[in-house]
Amino acid sequence: MIPAAFEYHRPKDLDGVLSLLTEHGDEARVMAGGHSLIPMMKLRMADVPHLIDLQDVAGLTGISHSDNTIRLGAMVTQHDIIGDAKLAERAPILREAALQIADPQVRYMGTVGGNVANGDPGNDMPGLMQCLDAVFTLVGPEGTRDVPARDFYEAAYMTAREDDEVLTAVTIPVPRGGYAYEKQKRKIGDYATAAAAVQIVKDGGTCTAASIAMTNLSDTPVYSDAAGAALIGTSLDDAARAAAVAAMLGDIDPTEDNRGPVAFKIHVAGVILNRAIERAWARA
Amino acid sequence: MKDDVENREDRVANLKGLGCSRKRVEDARFTQGKGNYVDDIKLDGMIFGDFVRSPYAHARIKSIDASAALEVPGVLAVLTAKDLEPLGLHWMPTLAGDKQMVLADGKVLFQGQEVAFVVAEDRYAAADGIELVEVDYEELPVIVDPFEALKSDVVLREDLVAEDGSLPDGAHGPRKHANHIFTWEAGDKDPTEEVIANAEVVAEESMYYHRTHPCPLETCGCVASMDKVNGKLTLWGTFQAPHAIRTVVSLISGIEEHNIRVISPDIGGGFGNKVGAYPGYVCSVVASIVTGKPVKWIEDRMDNLMTTAFARDYWMTGKISATKEGKITGLHCHVTADHGGFDACADPTKFPAGFMNICTGSYDIPTAYLAVDGVYTNKAPGGVSYRCSFRVTEAVYFIERMIEVLAIELNMDAAELRRVNFIRKEQFPYTAALGWEYDSGDYHTAWEKALKAVDYEGLRAEQAQRIADFKAGKTRSLMGIGLSFFTEIVGAGPVKNCDILGLGMFDSCEIRIHPTGSAIARLGTISQGQGHATTFAQILASEIGLPADSITIEEGDTDTAPYGLGTYGSRSTPVAGAATAMAGRKIRAKAQMIAAYLLEVHDNDVEFDVDRFVVKGAPERFKTMKEIAFAAYNQAIPGIEPGLEAVSYYDPPNMTYPFGAYVCVMDIDVDTGVTDIRRFYALDDCGTRINPMIIEGQVHGGLTEALAVAMGQEIAYDDMGNVKTGTLMDFFLPTAWEVPNYETDYTVTPSPHHPIGAKGVGESPHVGGVPAFSNAVHDAFRAFGLRHTNMPHDHWRIWRTAHELGLHA
Repeated sequence: MIPAAFEYHRPKDLDGVLSLLTEHGDEARVMAGGHSLIPMMKLRMADVPHLIDLQDVAGLTGISHSDNTIRLGAMVTQHDIIGDAKLAERAPILREAALQIADPQVRYMGTVGGNVANGDPGNDMPGLMQCLDAVFTLVGPEGTRDVPARDFYEAAYMTAREDDEVLTAVTIPVPRGGYAYEKQKRKIGDYATAAAAVQIVKDGGTCTAASIAMTNLSDTPVYSDAAGAALIGTSLDDAARAAAVAAMLGDIDPTEDNRGPVAFKIHVAGVILNRAIERAWARA
Repeated sequence: MKDDVENREDRVANLKGLGCSRKRVEDARFTQGKGNYVDDIKLDGMIFGDFVRSPYAHARIKSIDASAALEVPGVLAVLTAKDLEPLGLHWMPTLAGDKQMVLADGKVLFQGQEVAFVVAEDRYAAADGIELVEVDYEELPVIVDPFEALKSDVVLREDLVAEDGSLPDGAHGPRKHANHIFTWEAGDKDPTEEVIANAEVVAEESMYYHRTHPCPLETCGCVASMDKVNGKLTLWGTFQAPHAIRTVVSLISGIEEHNIRVISPDIGGGFGNKVGAYPGYVCSVVASIVTGKPVKWIEDRMDNLMTTAFARDYWMTGKISATKEGKITGLHCHVTADHGGFDACADPTKFPAGFMNICTGSYDIPTAYLAVDGVYTNKAPGGVSYRCSFRVTEAVYFIERMIEVLAIELNMDAAELRRVNFIRKEQFPYTAALGWEYDSGDYHTAWEKALKAVDYEGLRAEQAQRIADFKAGKTRSLMGIGLSFFTEIVGAGPVKNCDILGLGMFDSCEIRIHPTGSAIARLGTISQGQGHATTFAQILASEIGLPADSITIEEGDTDTAPYGLGTYGSRSTPVAGAATAMAGRKIRAKAQMIAAYLLEVHDNDVEFDVDRFVVKGAPERFKTMKEIAFAAYNQAIPGIEPGLEAVSYYDPPNMTYPFGAYVCVMDIDVDTGVTDIRRFYALDDCGTRINPMIIEGQVHGGLTEALAVAMGQEIAYDDMGNVKTGTLMDFFLPTAWEVPNYETDYTVTPSPHHPIGAKGVGESPHVGGVPAFSNAVHDAFRAFGLRHTNMPHDHWRIWRTAHELGLHA
């Protein structure tokens, strides 16, 4: 469990990061909390001759609020999310989800930016950010660009981020209505067998908006537009929830692993989503 | 020196002897990070070794090229089987009478097998060197199924087939197939089959007790240091049996035993994983001899899970017969035992399937037969007793599942079926059909106490309501009541039938009383977290009347400790604990003579009272043990040697048989397979209780490992022999989050043959816990037609059970 030798860089600012990325190309990787990358390096599954530690880079931390949006710096940790009272009030689904990620020790180190940028289908934040319609800010030598979370993921560990770009922030519109992050896992620290992120807006007894994303049920997070659409205009009766589940099942593509075979995962995905919808509706 | 404590009750309390929940003296260092484990040992000039391991489960090795590795700065040497062969060390004997490759000799038999040993100035260079050793493998057909192994033309162990193709006998007799290791039988075959053939009721079941791993927090490792000047080898290591390791090292290396010093420092859990001898030890010793430098080898987590000493992997088929009223008449058991590529089980020599013949359990079964077939496959070797005596978890799981299946067959309550068949109190000592003589027990009392404590009738009523609600569509949760009654067989063991590599399984204690009334005692055992320094001092305190706080317990250094067979199979208290008491009694006998001399009376006119000898009939005339200790060193007493020391080697007359009654209450989410253990009650009877607090800790730990094994922990292989569960992401190691609240309870039925009546407790909760958790899962689905489903009961397997029973329709 010892990684191959690597150069350790610890720049103070983003320009320093970008110049290192330009200089070393695909031999360099940036590291936020390191909780995905370091194990891969120790297993010698990731070969990173130049490791760029972001922890001293200015401007990547902090949670800032505006009227309609919330901005999370890439280096905001899961622990920061759990402890931020204003965030818990304005976007409680973030806290509910963060509490289901790993364990306290990992959450002290694990960051939002690392979680969403790595492209690991097991991570919880990518699906959550798709549910919330987040936008990821990428900074590279060509400048800054925003990519919607729903367009960011291409395949396992493959994203819209170029090798010389750094994900610096995640911005979400302030979520409305009821919420739920429902996750089934085998034990503390495990990736999801299935997880569902749900935001629902209720007006009178009717659902007027719904957003649904699933985690670890494909090689990318799955934002299911059809599942959300199946709820809109309904009173979320059994038939509507069943329609949403059926629509979601059409969008996922789980594979067998130690958590279980495909049929089990499909079944649990449906159960988990149904429970998430019920819980979000009760809170809406 | 006058004792300031005079009240008898206070004097007893002051000793902190038997029955006292004395705080663990070890914890001061463990809780402050001041333990001294093998990897904490740092010696001048120390270098490091690590293995090139096979990525294949079965392959021929065509060539090994280490030239690129040797170019890595800091890499000093790369050892292969060819380097060890001239020393005769490329193979080593196993504890089971087989032999095992130290480094791959022409082929590999399991994924992760040791192929070459890279020696380097530091761990980083060793790791880089490993990457560059080029091994040319030719893949061979892989067998991971023992039943297929017994039919296959693929020979895994060519070294065990004669040139003419015949099969020489193995260590345990004739072999039926090239991949067959042994057949071991106990009991009466024909009478058992006849009883079952003519029985009123017969229940049959096949079950797989899956392969798992003890997974101590500290992995295996060692530091070997050969002093070329004085010819002495010092070997620090994670050894559960340091003396046995010394003897083995001497036998295979040719170094005289007095020139070998083996030291087990603090050990971070063993659970059977650290009983055997591993290639890392041999390679470290050789590397130290070759380089003249101390060599350290420490496993990483994946090495540990994939290569050193698995547990279980028993395919068990049973038939149990009974009268219509539920009285059991016969038991038949066959086991196909998957031993992996080498038979490296850690069992007493005459017991290649351990004490599997305790599988008649806690029941009065008149006729029984057991046969075990050991088989080679392309998996890692091992077969150790993971927190249990030798194969006792397998035996107890088997009988406790068979009881449940028979209850279904009889349409009878499983608690009542047990009650009808328990060995009765007056039957002890009880000789079981498969040969063991149970020393003592009072099963009915323990069972009734347990059932009352959990309100068994109330639980059954609640369960009936839950089933009705489920059928009515009001809930998707089922409730299981898991019953388990176990009898352990521990304290191996009597030298007449228990040895390992010819070494009798006695144990020992040596005591030195210091002039000022404190003492040091050394034992042949070694604590790995059991708290020996605390509990053995308590045994001694009660025996010799000096406070436990004034007694140092030392283990693990073969240069100072008396010879013993180490700590596993719950043998420390039954064997070394007995030796401690007996040595203490020798001290007391001499102290009595000294006291009589000091009090100017005849030896028989003084008697022991807590912490002193008192003149009979004159309690005001006494000498405290402290005073006697001083006298032993400053008085010239006619006919008595100076000093106060004793040593005892204890050969136990019998095993001890702890028992217990466990009840687990579990809710199961039928739709997701998620379980919630909402209650766990554990009653243990370990005979005399030395330290109730430590017993409770042992029970919590053993139950937690039982929870792990029953509910998710496994070493799983794919068809190519790849380990699928080689990290703690997939290998279930419960944390505080997954562990339920445990309620502990006890009865006390002392062992009649043990000096203080103690039986041992460390492994009972694991042995009894696994069937309790598993039976809870089974019980939840009993009303829907489930008879048996294999562990581990993780989410998807429980979901599959519900699915196959039609509960998702």
